[in-house]
Amino acid sequence: MVRLDDVSRLQVVSGKGGTGKTTVAAALSLALATGGKRTLLVEVEGRQGIAQLFGTQALPYEERKIAVAPGGGEVHALAIDPELALLDYLQMFYKLGSAGRALKKLGAIDFATTVAPGLRDVLLTGKACEAVRRKDKAGRFVYDHVVMDAPPTGRVTRFLNVNDEVAGLARVGPIHHQAQAVMGVLKSPQTQVHLVTLLEEMPVQETADGIAELRAADLPVGRVVVNMVRPVLLDGDGLELAGSVSHAEVARSLAAAGLGGARRGGAAERLVEPLLRQAEEYAERYTLERRQREVLAGVGLPLAELPLLTDGVDLAGLYGLAALLRNQGVS
Amino acid sequence: MRPDPERELALDPLLDDPGTRIVVCCGSGGVGKTTTAAALGLRAAERGRKVVVLTIDPARRLAQSMGIDRLDNTPRRVPGIDGSAGGELHAMMLDMKRTFDEIVEAHADPERAAAILANPFYQSLSAGFAGTQEYMAMEKLGQLRARDEWDLIVVDTPPSRSALDFLDAPERLGSFLDGRLIRLLTAPAKLGGRAGMKVLNVGMSVMTGTLGKLLGGSLLKDVQTFVAAMDTTLGGFRGRAEATYKLLQAPGTAFLVVAAPERDALREAAYFVERLAAERMPLAGLVLNRVHGSDAAHLSADRATAAAETLVAENSSSGRIVDHTSGKAAGNSPDTQSSSTLPAPDGPPDPGSPASPRSEVQTLITQAPEAQAPEAQDAETQDPTEVDRLTAGLLRLHAERMRMTAREQRTRDGFTALHPDVPVTEVPALAGDVHDLAGLRDIGARLAASRADSPGQADAPEREDEQAKTTTREEASAQQDAPAQT
Repeated sequence: MVRLDDVSRLQVVSGKGGTGKTTVAAALSLALATGGKRTLLVEVEGRQGIAQLFGTQALPYEERKIAVAPGGGEVHALAIDPELALLDYLQMFYKLGSAGRALKKLGAIDFATTVAPGLRDVLLTGKACEAVRRKDKAGRFVYDHVVMDAPPTGRVTRFLNVNDEVAGLARVGPIHHQAQAVMGVLKSPQTQVHLVTLLEEMPVQETADGIAELRAADLPVGRVVVNMVRPVLLDGDGLELAGSVSHAEVARSLAAAGLGGARRGGAAERLVEPLLRQAEEYAERYTLERRQREVLAGVGLPLAELPLLTDGVDLAGLYGLAALLRNQGVS
Repeated sequence: MRPDPERELALDPLLDDPGTRIVVCCGSGGVGKTTTAAALGLRAAERGRKVVVLTIDPARRLAQSMGIDRLDNTPRRVPGIDGSAGGELHAMMLDMKRTFDEIVEAHADPERAAAILANPFYQSLSAGFAGTQEYMAMEKLGQLRARDEWDLIVVDTPPSRSALDFLDAPERLGSFLDGRLIRLLTAPAKLGGRAGMKVLNVGMSVMTGTLGKLLGGSLLKDVQTFVAAMDTTLGGFRGRAEATYKLLQAPGTAFLVVAAPERDALREAAYFVERLAAERMPLAGLVLNRVHGSDAAHLSADRATAAAETLVAENSSSGRIVDHTSGKAAGNSPDTQSSSTLPAPDGPPDPGSPASPRSEVQTLITQAPEAQAPEAQDAETQDPTEVDRLTAGLLRLHAERMRMTAREQRTRDGFTALHPDVPVTEVPALAGDVHDLAGLRDIGARLAASRADSPGQADAPEREDEQAKTTTREEASAQQDAPAQT
């Protein structure tokens, strides 16, 4: 019996649109690969977000190495195409050969994956679960971890809960068995579902709702990753002072810093109002973010935080985020 | 370089024009599409038009603010709007399953309708097909337009993974249901396929056999029954999809592409603009949400940062800060200054807490004293050290703002370079979310304000010229302060 690692082998990353779930999934796959491990980063929505992030060409339906992690680790990536996954699958179970291609030509594959949305989900999650379970000749797991960039929070429970999805469609047959096998992995401690959020009302609300849905479906919820956290540039004390400080004194201070004359109408004096107004806006956001933190504290999950990368996410930034995830014990 | 005023998107004339009958807000997820649609609807109504807003998946509090938190698929009048110009606002939230059911009920006799509604394949299709939501949004739009009770319909589009899904899905669903394959599959159920199809039928039986094995035979049977039932009662789905397309291409329809000044969102927006042009759909312009600006734009990020460092260094060399700070900050020399721009290993309060590796600057800032030294409280005036520290914070805040502004401008310029003739309106970022009509009204004002009026978008005044810079914002915050009129 193989003892499970502390960290689940299948890490599913979801989040509201615009929260950066692909970035977090990629950083997580790097973090988990650190120290000589092999991870597979899986994309299921055909957006080629991973390729864009790593600055590579569009990913084919084929596992390939896209990055090396510190300490000799490797990140591989796979963009799962539901149609090709179905053909794979048919090949595996029915040895269709050229008949499979004929099916594709007739549109049957498209038909089968669209006629039953559940079927497509089973194929996508099934492929990821297959990678989780795959072993090499020596009996070792090929991938230490599989990270899935999953559909957004609003759809993720449905997506993962394939059993219910296909129950009405396929009560018997191979798809039914496949669904059973997939659910075996997804509902086990081998899997963790993480939700990415921002410190804003809507994503936080959606995260709380998503957690409730996942729990109701018995899917193992991992962490909440608070993404794009902006630096604390003024804390509560500073903001209080900003609300009461005399403008003349700030002007004097600005002048002392070499920003012009503090006299009325001087360059430093003219900066005071705009700067204090920016502080006011900041204060409003600060209060709002604190409220969202309280809501998140209430969901009873461990949190991880990642900073906003002001210049956008490049490869170096991704490695930085991966290091931060490691520091926070996420991997 | 200031934007060419001719490329500014003027929304009020668009909303006021009685010829504008449909406004479609589209864009990728998370850019404020729904809020934009609601704000435009409210603004148009308060400017005198009879408006209905069709939202797809509004945030709860936004829906509540418009009184549409009940999902009953019928437009409801929104209370609390300023009707003095003679306008009205109605709003509804799309229930896609209900809309699909209604189509079936409207077109089939009761017995057949009941059979369709109970069909497992229909249930799966109406609740879950990838394009159903998009298709039903368009269907609902067609219905609202046909009722002709409103003179302006503002539509939000579904939160698809890509903005293009919204244009593709109706066609996909239509061609799927009307497609060759589904017709072939259902041929046996429609009594006697044509004789010439014999050859094909051999292949078909192999295929239906395989699909049957795969999906379970009952599903295929369900599909066949469903399509047969639909086919005899409804006009072709493709025909409906085409009618929707024509409606969108008609004069009187205006597309607004909504985006945020971020790389991915603008890339999606660019795809969408190209796609609309290819489909000959009328694009009114781009709404760029959450744009940051500054009224002190002439003070660069670098200079602000340097000034902040000067202040801190001065204080530390005169020993003033050291008196007040906790042990950690005691060595607040320029050296520790620079090292604190790296994530400090023993950084903020609890290194084990998830909050610890938060940011480079946080380490520096959280060193602010927990409690003020007694002499500071005694002093009549504010302690100069405290003020310096605050000023340093203000300057860093400004530097961050300027860097963000510069990045947004670069992203935006990238879009403009590709699509120089697309009019753009920029909406300044709000600190908080919107959950009442006052908030929506504020957004509406920001949407309609020309860029020259927006804070931080105008060139920073070098003269003693205070008026130009804050008008919009002050107006806006005054409106925000006012309680919702209910």
